[in-house]
Parts: sequence; C-alpha cells; structure tokens
Amino acid sequence: MRRLIPHPGLSVLLAVVWLLLANTLSFGALLIGILIGIVLPIFTAPFWPRRPQVRFRYAIPFVALVLWDIVMANFQVAAIILFRRDSNLKAAWLPIPLDLDTPEAITVLAGTISLTPGTVSVDVSACGKYLLVHALDAADPGAEIARIKARYEARLKKVFI
Amino acid sequence: MIEPGFLAELFTSLLIVLGAGFALVGSWGLVRMPTLMERLHGPTKATTLGLGGILLASVLFFQLTQEVWSAHELLVSIFLFITAPISANMVAKVHLHEERLNRSGSVQSRAGKVPRSPGKGDWATYEAPYRDTPVAMSEE
Repeated sequence: MRRLIPHPGLSVLLAVVWLLLANTLSFGALLIGILIGIVLPIFTAPFWPRRPQVRFRYAIPFVALVLWDIVMANFQVAAIILFRRDSNLKAAWLPIPLDLDTPEAITVLAGTISLTPGTVSVDVSACGKYLLVHALDAADPGAEIARIKARYEARLKKVFI
Repeated sequence: MIEPGFLAELFTSLLIVLGAGFALVGSWGLVRMPTLMERLHGPTKATTLGLGGILLASVLFFQLTQEVWSAHELLVSIFLFITAPISANMVAKVHLHEERLNRSGSVQSRAGKVPRSPGKGDWATYEAPYRDTPVAMSEE
C-alpha cells in the first residue's frame, strides 16, 4: 500500500485539482483524476523521501488565519505605497531563528511570510536554523520577529509533527 | 423596486473596481519604491487581493447571470498563492548575489547591507546546505 500510494494527501489533492480543472463532476473526469492521483505521486516519490505528517485539525484554522492576514496585508501595503514618504520608510533585514525542523514546515512558513504584511522571505541559512526576511516597514525589528514567531511559527509547529 | 440582475451587476462591478484598484496600487508601488527589495513588496502582496477581487467577480458573475459554478477561479488563486512567494524569493536571491558581487548598478536595500547569518555558515544562496540540517534533509 505504501508503495502504491506513497502520499495519500498528495493523491487526493491532485484528483481534486484535476476535477476543478475539468470543471465537471462526470465519471470520466473522476476516473482520470484518480489515475493522475495514483500515477504522479509514484513518479515523484523520490523527491519526497519522508512523508510530512499534517494535522488537519490545526492546518485548517491556520489557512483561515493566513487568508485573513493576506487581505489585511493588502490594505497595509497599499497604505504604505500610497501615503508613506520614502524617508519615513524603516526597511529592515530580519534574521528569524527557526524552531521548525522539517523542510516542508519551513517552506510553508517562508511562503506565509512572503504573502503577509510587509515581509518577504529571502533566504534560509546553510545550517537551516535561520530564515532571512526583508521587512518593508519595521520600526522595531525585534518585535516583528517575535510577532512572526508567535503568530505563524507556533501554529505551524502544531500543524507539522 | 430593484431588479436582482441590477444587484448582481452592481456587486460584480464593485469587485472588479476594487481588484483593479489594488492591482494599480501594487504596480504603482513597483515604480515608486526606492530600491529593488522594497519594490518587491508591492507586486507580491497588493496584487494578490487585486487578482482575488477580479476572480471573485468572475465567480459571482457566472453564478448570478448564468447560474453555473465555475471552479477555475479557485484554481487560479491557489496557483497564485503558491507561485507568488517563489518568484519573489528568486528575485530576492538575485539581490543577495548582486550585493555580494558588488556589481555596478546593484543598489543596496534601504535596510542596509544583508546581515551575516547568525548561525554557523552563510545563507544558503551563497553556500550549499550542511548535511543533517532540515534544508539538506530532502536530498538524502
């Protein structure tokens, strides 16, 4: 079973994406979706040597929080672009110490940081313990790091085991 | 007496205007911000809601006028959320290289020079990830 379906979550996701692409719920589309969901993970399994455990109980509230923050981020960044003078802009580099230790979790955190208020993730350190983030407007870099760690990283630690 | 068709058109046009507004602000940010790293922020964020508004308008329009659910908009937004951080990340990595090479025309970010990594070693753009770290684990 493990060899046939290496990543059940990925298989379901692929099948759902195929159905959305086809935009119908016909039997044929479902059949092809299931086929894709089985075949693709087998071929891509070497790229995913271990299977990250995702706890959906925590993942769904996390996604909702991020979506809400993306909407808020848009208003904040729009306000900065429209009304802030360049000389008042306090851009900063934030090296964020990471408590997460799986590649999947760090990737999700980096993506979340890029999509939310005034921050873009730039790089991860070679030792894998720090994330380099560029903040558009952070008067207090320490507080910004603490906010990101409390708001996103603490929640992600519960999502990925 | 307000016709339901009028309300549908009102909502879709409001959403389109909102989306177009955000797309415009994001592009204006790209032009207006002082250096590359600040310019990155406008297109990665303000445009997500810009496109989101337009896609929502499209869903509403097809639902209210032709009574079909269209799922493609959902897919477009999912792909956008996955790809936007990655393209921003690539541009930012180019900035790291440009700054270290000190090539002419490379402008330092308003935030100053890129700081050294506080841990052992450098950032992964400059140096291959170490063994037994989360970054290298996927290559086992």
